[in-house]
Amino acid sequence: MATVQLKNISKVYEGGVKAVDSVNIEVKDRQFVVLVGPSGCGKSTTLRMIAGLEDITEGELYIDGNLVNDVPPKDRDIAMVFQNYALYPHMTVYDNMAFGLKIRKFPKEEIEQRVREAAKILEIEELLDRKPKALSGGQRQRVAVGRAIVRKPKVFLFDEPLSNLDAKLRVQMRAEISSLHNRLKATMIYVTHDQVEALTMADVIVVMKFGVIQQIGGPLDLYNNPQNKFVAGFIGSPPMNFLEAAIEADGDDIYANEGTFRLKVTAEQKKFLTPYIGKSVTFGIRPEDVSFSNTAKDGVTINGTVSVVEPLGSETHVYTSTSKSQVIGKIEPTLVPAPDSKIYLIPDMAKAKFFDLETEQVIN
Amino acid sequence: MTTIERQDKPTSSLIKLGRIAFSVLVLVGVLFVLWVGFIFLRDSNASQGIIAIIAIVWGVGGIALLFWVADWVVNRTSTATAKRLQPFIFVGPALIILAWYLFIPTVRSLYLSFFDAQSKNFVGLANYVFAFTDSKMRESFTNNLLWLVIGTGGAVGFGLIIALLTDRVKMEKVFKSIIFMPMAISFVGAGVIWRFIYSYKPAGEDQIGLLNAIVTFFGGEPQAWFTMPFWNNIFLIAILVWLQTGYAMVIISSALKGVPSTIIEAGRIDGAGEFRIIRSIIIPFIAPTLVTVSTTIIIITLKIFDIVFTMTNGNYGTEVIASMQYKQMFRFYHYGRGSAIAIVLVLAVIPVMWYNLHQFSKREGF
Repeated sequence: MATVQLKNISKVYEGGVKAVDSVNIEVKDRQFVVLVGPSGCGKSTTLRMIAGLEDITEGELYIDGNLVNDVPPKDRDIAMVFQNYALYPHMTVYDNMAFGLKIRKFPKEEIEQRVREAAKILEIEELLDRKPKALSGGQRQRVAVGRAIVRKPKVFLFDEPLSNLDAKLRVQMRAEISSLHNRLKATMIYVTHDQVEALTMADVIVVMKFGVIQQIGGPLDLYNNPQNKFVAGFIGSPPMNFLEAAIEADGDDIYANEGTFRLKVTAEQKKFLTPYIGKSVTFGIRPEDVSFSNTAKDGVTINGTVSVVEPLGSETHVYTSTSKSQVIGKIEPTLVPAPDSKIYLIPDMAKAKFFDLETEQVIN
Repeated sequence: MTTIERQDKPTSSLIKLGRIAFSVLVLVGVLFVLWVGFIFLRDSNASQGIIAIIAIVWGVGGIALLFWVADWVVNRTSTATAKRLQPFIFVGPALIILAWYLFIPTVRSLYLSFFDAQSKNFVGLANYVFAFTDSKMRESFTNNLLWLVIGTGGAVGFGLIIALLTDRVKMEKVFKSIIFMPMAISFVGAGVIWRFIYSYKPAGEDQIGLLNAIVTFFGGEPQAWFTMPFWNNIFLIAILVWLQTGYAMVIISSALKGVPSTIIEAGRIDGAGEFRIIRSIIIPFIAPTLVTVSTTIIIITLKIFDIVFTMTNGNYGTEVIASMQYKQMFRFYHYGRGSAIAIVLVLAVIPVMWYNLHQFSKREGF
């Protein structure tokens, strides 16, 4: 039952490095918000400021409507799961989970009941007497999550909790944290550099770069309507293809001309691209929005040469070299074109994006 | 020495025998050269400068030669044998020398402890009975216990507190260097320094002792610190604490650096205040280090001698086991009692030492 508000929050480190720049985020009660971005984008620093582990240089932080800038972590009623688990090595799993409750002077029976309950949810009941050293990475992460949930805090904070796990376990824990969120109905703020985690878990995603928020929105919103080139390239895997193309008019139609091929834009796109006639823009198309063709047709086809083919079973990724850049296409799994062969990719122009070459903002 | 396992081309047994004989001959030759050098150094009347130079050349060169030849001989045996023998060539001399001046004297002390003052008549356990019943000895045991508890507790306690505090300040290195400095002073040197601190002149005279100067400045009577029963022990122990706190602090401080910051942050978020974090997270984390530092200082307190010897010479009820041993041995020339006390001291130190080494090897210190 808690909201978290960040108002113009900035963090400037000694020496003048600005790690976080005027960040505004509003986390609603029971929301699962994911902060995502490449390393050094300020997402962890933002989370640590919410936790109270870093001082806030500027701005205001509210938890449940109360200004908490100067409230120490212990009084913010938050729990945090760390990337390296941060379990107390000399305590058993039980004591690790009970520590926060003992400090808060909960009665013994309640501590016991809460720890058992959390252990049951996380399926670590049989590990309660062990020390962290005797646990696997996945088990340690469960204990770390358990330590957070026994407290029943207002807000859960996760700092890249799955980064140290192997790929398979990561997928599994991802689903478990999601279901935990549904079950506890708690407010959660989750930091990751993995856009797949962001897309799969979040109610709301906050994309950050160089300490600045690039876009805030739901997973599909970010995927379908990226506001700039960075978000477009960051969300989605393989990433969106970017080609530099000149906007030219040919009769009634407008084309994006790459050099060796040109693509006719839709009627809707024509409206906002008209001012760009004679200029270059960045043309963006997602790998999943291109299909394979045997023949080239002017105005609808990307011509290229196959450089790498990655058959994944469910689909095939084709890396195609055009005259100037590279285009990745997701094509039917049955098609495995030979390297160095000519290939024709047909983009679904309705899904194409155009970005200003200078500002990198989407044109629409 | 066998060459049967040798893998290369077969050699006749006669050649093998000759080879072994040659190896042994070389080894004996080297030993002979070393012996001649020793005799020369012992009996020569040459000037001291020349003797010194020859001694250096003979000592260093001789040892190098011995190592080299021994290694050569071992390498002439089969690879398997050589592998087994090689370590002993390098460790062997050190072990022999250690045994010579550590093990043999201990055994000799044990032997002497069953004899009378002149080491002539067997007296059974009489010396040990003395060691445990004599009033001076009992005073020593009590005092040593005081040294052990207060000295170790003080040094480790202050070391921990200072390490925790300096860990949080900017001038960490400066403070730590200052506190570590007394470590460089010998116990006897420290005794001289603290003599000036505890120095006593009768009332009315200028107090050259720092402590009495302070006392008289505030209008108090000058005190003869060394003659105050019980407290004089504490004043002596303070010197040890002053000397050893730096050591404890440096080791504990490096252990503190090893505490992951995230578990402290986790503790903070769990709701622990600074003291609780220190008590429940940091101290348990560095417990192995605290144990190692404590046992090391315990051993020092058990053997404590220099401070007592230079400051009070064991008078006014400040006697400790080692000073009693010294007195029995070199003042009263009672070798039996002196040896018995030494053995008691050894027996007291061994378990602590063993535990300490055990801790070290557990943490791969060795």
